[in-house]
Amino acid sequence: MLILVKFAKDKPAVLGAAIVLAVVAMAILAPLIAPYPGDVAASHLLQRLKPPSPEHPFGTDNLGRDILSRVILGARGALMIALLVVGISMAIGVPLGLIAGYQQGWLSQTIMRVTDIFLAVPQLILALALAQLMGPSLESAMLALTLTYWPFFTRIVYAETRRLAAALFIDALQCIGAGASRILFLHILPNAISPIIVRATIGMGFTILVAAVLGFLGMGATPPDPDWGLAIAESRQYLPEAWWFSTFPGLAIFLTVLGFNLLGDGLRDIVDPRLRRSR
Amino acid sequence: MLGFVVRRLILVIPSLAGLLVLTFFLIRVVPADPAAALAGENATPAQIAEIRHQYGFDQPLLVQFGVYLAQVARLDFGESAYSRRPVSVDIKQRLPATLELTLAALIFATALGIPLGTLAAVYHNRWPDTVLRILSVGGVAIAAFWFAIELQLVFAMDLGWLPLRGRLSPGLAPPALVTGFYLIDSLITGRLDAFGDALRHLILPAFTLSLGGLATITRFTRAGVLDTLQKDFVTYERAQGFPAGPLIWKFVLRNSVVAAITQIGLLFGGLIAGAVVVETIFDWPGIGFYTVQAILTADTKVMLAITLLIGVIYAFVNILVDVVHGLIDPRLREND
Repeated sequence: MLILVKFAKDKPAVLGAAIVLAVVAMAILAPLIAPYPGDVAASHLLQRLKPPSPEHPFGTDNLGRDILSRVILGARGALMIALLVVGISMAIGVPLGLIAGYQQGWLSQTIMRVTDIFLAVPQLILALALAQLMGPSLESAMLALTLTYWPFFTRIVYAETRRLAAALFIDALQCIGAGASRILFLHILPNAISPIIVRATIGMGFTILVAAVLGFLGMGATPPDPDWGLAIAESRQYLPEAWWFSTFPGLAIFLTVLGFNLLGDGLRDIVDPRLRRSR
Repeated sequence: MLGFVVRRLILVIPSLAGLLVLTFFLIRVVPADPAAALAGENATPAQIAEIRHQYGFDQPLLVQFGVYLAQVARLDFGESAYSRRPVSVDIKQRLPATLELTLAALIFATALGIPLGTLAAVYHNRWPDTVLRILSVGGVAIAAFWFAIELQLVFAMDLGWLPLRGRLSPGLAPPALVTGFYLIDSLITGRLDAFGDALRHLILPAFTLSLGGLATITRFTRAGVLDTLQKDFVTYERAQGFPAGPLIWKFVLRNSVVAAITQIGLLFGGLIAGAVVVETIFDWPGIGFYTVQAILTADTKVMLAITLLIGVIYAFVNILVDVVHGLIDPRLREND
């Protein structure tokens, strides 16, 4: 309860949680709340590039599709990508971090050196190169993002495991004969879960942002997907006349990422008051 | 101190070697056929085979890697399949443009971020702090490519105050080459027209690129100033009636910016990666623009050279940060 009270006092974090909830609801209910759910693939050339009006609050795009509908429908794809990438990155990164942190010797060294190398490569460039080499598609974009994101989890879990492995209760467990996997997954992991959750929350926002860059550069979603980044790329030819075409999908990216970052920031404060938002 | 620097340099070698192996094998192992990509869509199988042979793609992987290593040692990265010129010449020609853009963004982020962070700390948990916190989280949340387009839309297309793209207006001769930085070269050679034009072209891309760094520097300055404000000497000076303005802007700030300065160093690597997006949108003729062209045309030699270049810059900046730390705090040198 105390945590909820503390969280409620942190206005930016509450704002973040509200935005995230709204985006998740929008993604789940997308086909029901989008005014023109058929505009994923349909085109109405007579309606093309119409400015915002009561029928089309965000205007229409180059194929006459309702931009509000496509922004709402795009939330699904964005959240799906982020959930899959962060989920798989955790599934890879967390066990590796646990093993590297608990074991001594060559295995631990190898895991951490490989992690360091992946961290030293500029993420966006590695993701771009991989997405191109595997053929541009949503799947290769997701694989590329996963390959560049797992090391962050390994790093965090490694540090936490190192710290916890020296604790007295772990010594006690070892003395009564608990096995390594029991200690790692039942005792160390639950104690290391908070920084993992914080990282995952911020990772959601970060992944949505990088996925949008990939879509924008033509290496993520493919037409006619209602992807936010792709829409901004398509809009460039119609500037400055059709300002609404690029503005609203961009605002959707911004608000979603902002929501996840504010929420992650607030969670960090609760989980570790020592950090005091210093990052 | 020299020993400290040398030890840091030696530590970098295994990561750079690993980086080289990793990138090379990723590019060779992933399926797309670089020879087919180079040959174009209408190429016959014979033409593709010819290109495969010409570029050495038919050799065993280890042989290809060995050849590549020998070339890297001579700083010979081969010929770009895209521009048909040596990769090292292309990079050398484009690097100053990226550095000028990156440094401008860094200077802007520092000059604005340190005062804003101090302001947030002084008004801790009051409205300026909350506003700045939302803004600094927002600075990281904004998609740079979208923000750049919106800036172009407002300041270049609608208002017409600033140029849309490029480093100089078409038709204006670039200043004589001294450093490769247009702002510096135009001043040295007395080309004030080129200086003004280059500055106007720099504003939008540098501002876009600076956003993430601005947010980070603001946050670290805020944390540092908050910490220092708790110190006894501040309480003492306040009790003595020392005016708050000079106390904060001179003494507190000077004791607080160390962590922020470390971040400035670390940001540099991130800025170079961010330049990929910003340069693409503003047609800025630097490394980032070149990287995207290389990736779009599956130009593996350029991609390897650039990844390596950025890896070296990252490593070098990290060493620099460590050395600055060592200079500030001698205990770090002893404990090493």
